[in-house]
Amino acid sequence: MKFAVVVFPGTSGEGDCIHVLKGLLGHEVTILSHKETSLGDAQCVILPGGASYGDYLRPGALAKSTPIMEPIRKFAQAGGLVLGVGNGFQVLLEAGLLPGAMLPNQSLRFIARPQLLRVENTNTPFTKLYQKGQLIKMPIAHGSGNYYLDPEGLLELEGNGQIVFRYADKTGEIGDNPNGSVGNIAGITNPRGNVLGMMPHPERSTEEVLGSTDGLALFQGIMEVLERGKA
Amino acid sequence: MMMTPQEIKDTQAWRPMGLKDEEYEKICQILDRLPNYTELGMYAVLWSEHCSYKHSRPLFKHFPTQGDCILVGPGENAGAVDIGDGLAIVMKVESHNHPSYVEPYEGAATGVGGILRDIFTMGARPIASLNSLRFGNPKDEYVRYLVRGVVAGIGDYGNATGVPTVAGEISFDESYQGNCLVNAMSVGLVRHDSITKATASGVGNPVMVVGSTTGRDGIHGATFASAEFSEENEEKRPSVQVGDPFTEKLLIEACLELIASGVVVGIQDMGAAGLTSSSSEMASNAGSGIEMDLTLVPQREEGMSAYEIMLSESQERMLVIPKAGAEEQVKEIFAKRGLLAVVVGKVTDDGMLRLFHHGELAAEVPAKSLTTDGAPSYVPPAEKPQYLEKLWGYDFDELPDLEHSKIQDTFLQLLGSSNIASRRWVWEQYDQMAQLGTIVGPGSDAGVLRIPGTKRGIALTIDCNGRYCYQNPKRGAALAVAEAARNIYASGAKPLAITDGLNLGSPERPQIYWQLKETVFGLAEACRALGTPVVGGNVSLYNETAGEAIFPTPVVGMLGVFEDVQKHATISFKNEGDLIFLVGENRNELSGSEYLKVCHDLVAGPGPKLDLETEKRNGEFCHTIISDGLVSSCHDLSEGGLAIGLAECALAGEIGAQVKLYCPGRTDSLLFGETQARFVISLSEENAESVRALAEERGVPLSLLGRVGGDKFTVEIGETRVIDGELTQIAELWNSGLERLLGEKSGA
Repeated sequence: MKFAVVVFPGTSGEGDCIHVLKGLLGHEVTILSHKETSLGDAQCVILPGGASYGDYLRPGALAKSTPIMEPIRKFAQAGGLVLGVGNGFQVLLEAGLLPGAMLPNQSLRFIARPQLLRVENTNTPFTKLYQKGQLIKMPIAHGSGNYYLDPEGLLELEGNGQIVFRYADKTGEIGDNPNGSVGNIAGITNPRGNVLGMMPHPERSTEEVLGSTDGLALFQGIMEVLERGKA
Repeated sequence: MMMTPQEIKDTQAWRPMGLKDEEYEKICQILDRLPNYTELGMYAVLWSEHCSYKHSRPLFKHFPTQGDCILVGPGENAGAVDIGDGLAIVMKVESHNHPSYVEPYEGAATGVGGILRDIFTMGARPIASLNSLRFGNPKDEYVRYLVRGVVAGIGDYGNATGVPTVAGEISFDESYQGNCLVNAMSVGLVRHDSITKATASGVGNPVMVVGSTTGRDGIHGATFASAEFSEENEEKRPSVQVGDPFTEKLLIEACLELIASGVVVGIQDMGAAGLTSSSSEMASNAGSGIEMDLTLVPQREEGMSAYEIMLSESQERMLVIPKAGAEEQVKEIFAKRGLLAVVVGKVTDDGMLRLFHHGELAAEVPAKSLTTDGAPSYVPPAEKPQYLEKLWGYDFDELPDLEHSKIQDTFLQLLGSSNIASRRWVWEQYDQMAQLGTIVGPGSDAGVLRIPGTKRGIALTIDCNGRYCYQNPKRGAALAVAEAARNIYASGAKPLAITDGLNLGSPERPQIYWQLKETVFGLAEACRALGTPVVGGNVSLYNETAGEAIFPTPVVGMLGVFEDVQKHATISFKNEGDLIFLVGENRNELSGSEYLKVCHDLVAGPGPKLDLETEKRNGEFCHTIISDGLVSSCHDLSEGGLAIGLAECALAGEIGAQVKLYCPGRTDSLLFGETQARFVISLSEENAESVRALAEERGVPLSLLGRVGGDKFTVEIGETRVIDGELTQIAELWNSGLERLLGEKSGA
């Protein structure tokens, strides 16, 4: 599989993605600078975590205006798989590829910790290998993960099954909200399901030695879909 | 208008800059004329304690600095230690105490930025950060403001640059009320052959300023850091620089690419005293000179004078000496990231630092005379402080022992107290996992990282108990090294080297200079005994307000290495039924303990006893049994003693423990005394025999304490159950203790 990882000035999470995609899973990975105007032959585009443009103005607000966003937009419209993690999610929101906006955490503090999530929708390329209602553990690390969408938008999101991950507690109930996110939302897709944005880090949960392997299924799901697409 | 040299002389203008009269005389002698204002400013900052270590330097010769694994010792931007496979760890501690007290967020953030630059200047990629923080009473509003600001500043800078914070310490004592301590440590990874130094060799090579522009921020920051605090601190806010982690991140990538390209002769961070220190140090290191046209330095403000350009401490700047002819290549690497790289001068052979501004000679001084080679140094009078006799004379028999009926409450009180409660509130504000190297993050004894492409790993810790150092500076300093080593051993690694951060009061007071001397002797003794040389460090003196000095606080950052990082341990109890053992001996001693401080508001005695031989023997024993895979957990005992240490293992593992103790002496000392060289380990019954046999062979005291399991934490003394708590309840108290004290949690 051919993955493209987008690097904006200030992005720091690209290494983690390369480690997983190339190092652990053996795929081809291309690094794309924000100045690129084409995605080449990438089959899946990943916008990694880290503070693009130092999170200045608003996280993702400056990255959205870079040249690379145009081909990403076209790729997404054509049904290509796009994953935004952490800052990547914020960029997708700012760029309008996903609905809603990100506010600073309710505590106004950065928060980094392992977090339980409940899988809400398994009918997406990213979550097809999870069970609906499954509790998974992934680390979060962000200062602005407080997702907001107005009530009407939220209804639509729920109706379309666009909410794929919610923060949950040990009992599997919606709870333990780390950042004040509306509806405990941790990750959403576009209506078509080919663009996923999420604050938790699946690429940081792919090895037992790092505390969790629950993120692996997400990448394996992508691979399955791409395999089939090719066949 | 700037003063003329004669006006400087007439008005004694060196005094407000922090120079002594005899130092001004010395400058006149060096130059064989009167210095102009720019030159005077340059000497004032570089001859400040912060830059020249003039009161502490003569003591450094006592430190052991040699060792098989030491690649670069003190004197460079950071030390470098061989960890095998052709790889080296570069590390250093730096203090940002004064700026953080005045402007906590930016003061702490720029502390992190500065120490990161010391690391990547050496060609190393920063892979981990640590920090060591000291504040006054957490219930004080200004202290709370400091804690919030400092922690957020460290977090935001480190998080935005993608460097994980993997370990650290924070503690509270009234001694730091008027002078907080913010020490940041950074750790980088580099191949031996890529280590780069700060040298300006090769006559005719260009001198380039890269990174950010130069502004009026932070002028005289180093001087500010070299004086006691006074009422006018608010006015000193402009001396504090402002951090830009985004530019730092770009600078890291650009510098590492530049160094990898092979065109760099020397590179140096512009930290304290900015362009003055970087240029004079690089020239001095190479025995060369540097000539610069300051008009060419990219400036963010108009009308800056030569004085301001040379003394600016604008952040995120470096001075680079590339090979002649490589200027365009350098510019391209920086331009790619939107950063400046400008030729401002060249290397000369006459040993002079010669500066032009708008076509005129603005300063001309021997480069070496500015640096530690040329700066004055002092051996001030030392006098043993009187308070020590009083402390040491305390008779512990006067103190009634703890009654069994009061143990439970005392235990809970300590568990939620400021220096023992969980530090989770702090470290959750730091990204601990960036770069995917962190195998053990904050909350265990040491941070553990794997080294990509190898089986190896490293363990990192930073430690000091300031109260022990106050009670006996030499012993306390040695205990700081011993505790750091214990943390490394308890993680399963072998201690390799340390970097230190000495934080004390004014060396110009004989009692403080005595503390400083004793501190250095203590560190040196322990480093020799434990085989961990000093590879560099930082000295921060004048940490006092209104004549009250802080506890002497020599912070010890230690590096340990694993040949196979899979074989590490954490503090968490893990398996139902595992046996719990104590490694080491309980002595009848209470001196220096948190228990005395928290429950009796008492600081008495000379602190816990030091026994470096036992430290080494017990530590190496733990290292061996962890490497052999015989234990489930290992935790060193420190603040709070045995009862707290046991509880920490249970709390970290979220599994209960049942402990039975035999008490031949004082109960309070058994449970909460802080005897050193002790560890708590847990292991399966089947491994008990091997561990016992090894302990006997090595002469290491080992005693069975109890079993892991259940959801309660209980301690019995003889037949009496003295501690009995549901783990979840204890956890709530411990987890929220710090937040409650800081007023961050409702119900405070």
